[in-house]
Amino acid sequence: MTGEIGQLALSLALALAVVQAMAGLIGSRAGGSQAAAIATSSAFGLFVFAALAMGSLIFAFALSDFSILDVAQNSHTAKPLLYKLTGAWGNHEGSMVLWVFVLAVYSALIAFTRRGGERMTSAALGVQGLIAVAFLLFILLTSNPFVRLDPPPFEGAGLNPLLQDPGLAFHPPTLYVGYVGLSAAFAYAAAALITGDADAAWARAARPFVLIAWIALTLGIAGGSWWAYYTLGWGGFWFWDPVENASLMPWLIATALLHSALATERTGAFRVWTLLLSIIGFSLSLVGTFLVRSGVLTSVHAFANDPERGKFILGILVLAIGGALALFAWRAPRLQTGSAFDIVSRETALLSNNVLLTAAAGVVFLGTIYPLALDALTGHKLSVGAPYFAATFAPIFVGLMLLVPFGPRLGWRRGDIVSALRILLPVGIAAVVGAIVVLAIVTPRSLAGAGAIGLGVWVIGASVVDAVRRNRERTFGWSAVASALAHAGLGITLLGIAGTTVWRSEAMDVLGLGDSLHVAGYDLRLRDIVAADGPNYFAKRAEIDVSRNGASIATLEPETRSYPAEGQAKAETAIRTTGFSDLYVALGDERGKGRWLIRAYVNPLAPLIWLGGGVMALGGLASLFARLRVRALAPQSYAAAE
Amino acid sequence: MTRVLATAFVALNLFVGVAQASAPEKLSNPALEARAVALQKQLRCLVCQGESLDESNAPLAADLRVIIREHIAAGESDDAVKRYLVARYGDFILMNPPVERDTILLWFGPAGLILMGTAIAIYVTRRSRHRLMAEGAETLADEGPETGT
Repeated sequence: MTGEIGQLALSLALALAVVQAMAGLIGSRAGGSQAAAIATSSAFGLFVFAALAMGSLIFAFALSDFSILDVAQNSHTAKPLLYKLTGAWGNHEGSMVLWVFVLAVYSALIAFTRRGGERMTSAALGVQGLIAVAFLLFILLTSNPFVRLDPPPFEGAGLNPLLQDPGLAFHPPTLYVGYVGLSAAFAYAAAALITGDADAAWARAARPFVLIAWIALTLGIAGGSWWAYYTLGWGGFWFWDPVENASLMPWLIATALLHSALATERTGAFRVWTLLLSIIGFSLSLVGTFLVRSGVLTSVHAFANDPERGKFILGILVLAIGGALALFAWRAPRLQTGSAFDIVSRETALLSNNVLLTAAAGVVFLGTIYPLALDALTGHKLSVGAPYFAATFAPIFVGLMLLVPFGPRLGWRRGDIVSALRILLPVGIAAVVGAIVVLAIVTPRSLAGAGAIGLGVWVIGASVVDAVRRNRERTFGWSAVASALAHAGLGITLLGIAGTTVWRSEAMDVLGLGDSLHVAGYDLRLRDIVAADGPNYFAKRAEIDVSRNGASIATLEPETRSYPAEGQAKAETAIRTTGFSDLYVALGDERGKGRWLIRAYVNPLAPLIWLGGGVMALGGLASLFARLRVRALAPQSYAAAE
Repeated sequence: MTRVLATAFVALNLFVGVAQASAPEKLSNPALEARAVALQKQLRCLVCQGESLDESNAPLAADLRVIIREHIAAGESDDAVKRYLVARYGDFILMNPPVERDTILLWFGPAGLILMGTAIAIYVTRRSRHRLMAEGAETLADEGPETGT
């Protein structure tokens, strides 16, 4: 029964999306109030039916209803309940339903908050409706999760064990809140072009949605990186994998967009560019969806390997991006330019930020797409890996980090570079001294590592100094908190990356019971190997006594698990963290009777990588709070206050 | 979120029990071993694709690590070892694609992006400054306690 309810809900959602698209676009014209009201109701209806479809699918997974093909292919009765539920989106069909559900949540939010006034809200709902139509058609025609299976099998095929992890259960929804959230910026940008009302109002209207999307992308990327770190068994946290890059590109553009929109909201500068960034941001979300879902990439993320689906998504991609760019080319030349600014000003700082962030996104795009395009065009297979990005992406980011501290210290229209330099001078000295101390003390000696630490100190220190100054100048509000936290978070992440990449120690050996392994001052003694079977897997657990200078510190228990239903295995690493450094141990396979491969790493500063991500997300939250607070305090003078 | 496939392969090997007989490969000469490690960081594991030979747990990667060491122990240069592997596995095995006709855009595109962006930024800023001079510049106060940044 749930299958039929879900099927019906998807069909009704499609009908409502068509109504929302048409009514929304009609309602965006002068005198279209009635149509606008219909668009609003349709958006709420779309939300209800998308939620019903998502709920039906989750319910079917919870019950292990193997008469539904999607459940039979992706679930198993022995799986813990949590992974049954989250397994609903751990496959192609279910993840597309989740995509549409998140889109419907954003549509309902746009309809509910009515930011930017009736006509703009209506136009934005119209554009969101069009996107919903495209994706619902995609689901119903190529990826229906409610297709029945007759006769149903007694047991399902199971879920990839790597996805059976608490860290990964909520990774897809978080990322989708980010990806799809950029559709709201896209919809508002299109709405501004459609209504011709492209001054600062649309940017203000879209900002909370961009912030929510950015926070979610930040958390999604940081969470995914953390998961890779503790799951893959060698302590790496970023691989420049195409699927990772697919999430990094929208993040970089969303970051650029948040900064460019500041200028647009404040002085009307960069109007055209902010519109274009909104279009690019969501386009990259779609490209990401295409890359991950079309089967162009081989990856567990690419559940679908059906060329029909790839073509369909490519069609959506071409229509959405082409349509938006055509609209842009038609309408943008009519926009007025914003207020002028001098060479030294907040605007130029934001402009530099945007040049570097956009170039960084362009580099990631080039490195990700180039091998695919070259292979398709010439058959020449090559790979673009971490060394390429270290040579191209890293310098751009170093430039960005050098400039970050100046932005908040420069005034709008005309800034005072001398005063900014005077305020930042102590931070600069601290950063240089820090780098020299690191170079002198820490072994192995690394110029790049010392430089990175100095750069981190520079960015974090400048955030602190900026916050202190603003407090003294009585301009320390939520938005100042936001910029200080977000920038400091970036610096903290850089420290973590530098520490782990430059100063990691590793050791690997085959140990029998009672044998020891030494890494960076720690002695690891393999005391025992015991069975540690779980509900749907068999496991071996190593008991490893850790001591330092003869004093016993801890017992670490890494495992390797094998999942008979799926015929796969995974490692559960054991990590002991001091907050500043991780001792990381992974149990490998058995090499001869009673002898096991053990890998151990000491990753200095590793926890800072994800701590920094969390701090950045808090910064986003503070900015969101600043917006909502302005509105709550003075709805009438909202525009004036900003 | 990353090389899940990579790990899936590793995992599969663990499960099927394709046990490597030998202890972890290592050269006794530390200088040569350091060269081997540096080299295997620049080469891609052909099974997992996302990881380098240095990181990969796949059996093929382990075999290639041994082969690299044999060649280095035989006195070959780093370039010679790379050429040997590229001849067998193609450019795909290099983490860093070579600079050649097919990769000009890949390697010089980033610099082009930065130059283009900088040129546009300079143009926009100069034009804006001209306008500012024409308008007469009254500066805008920095934001108040609860407004936008």
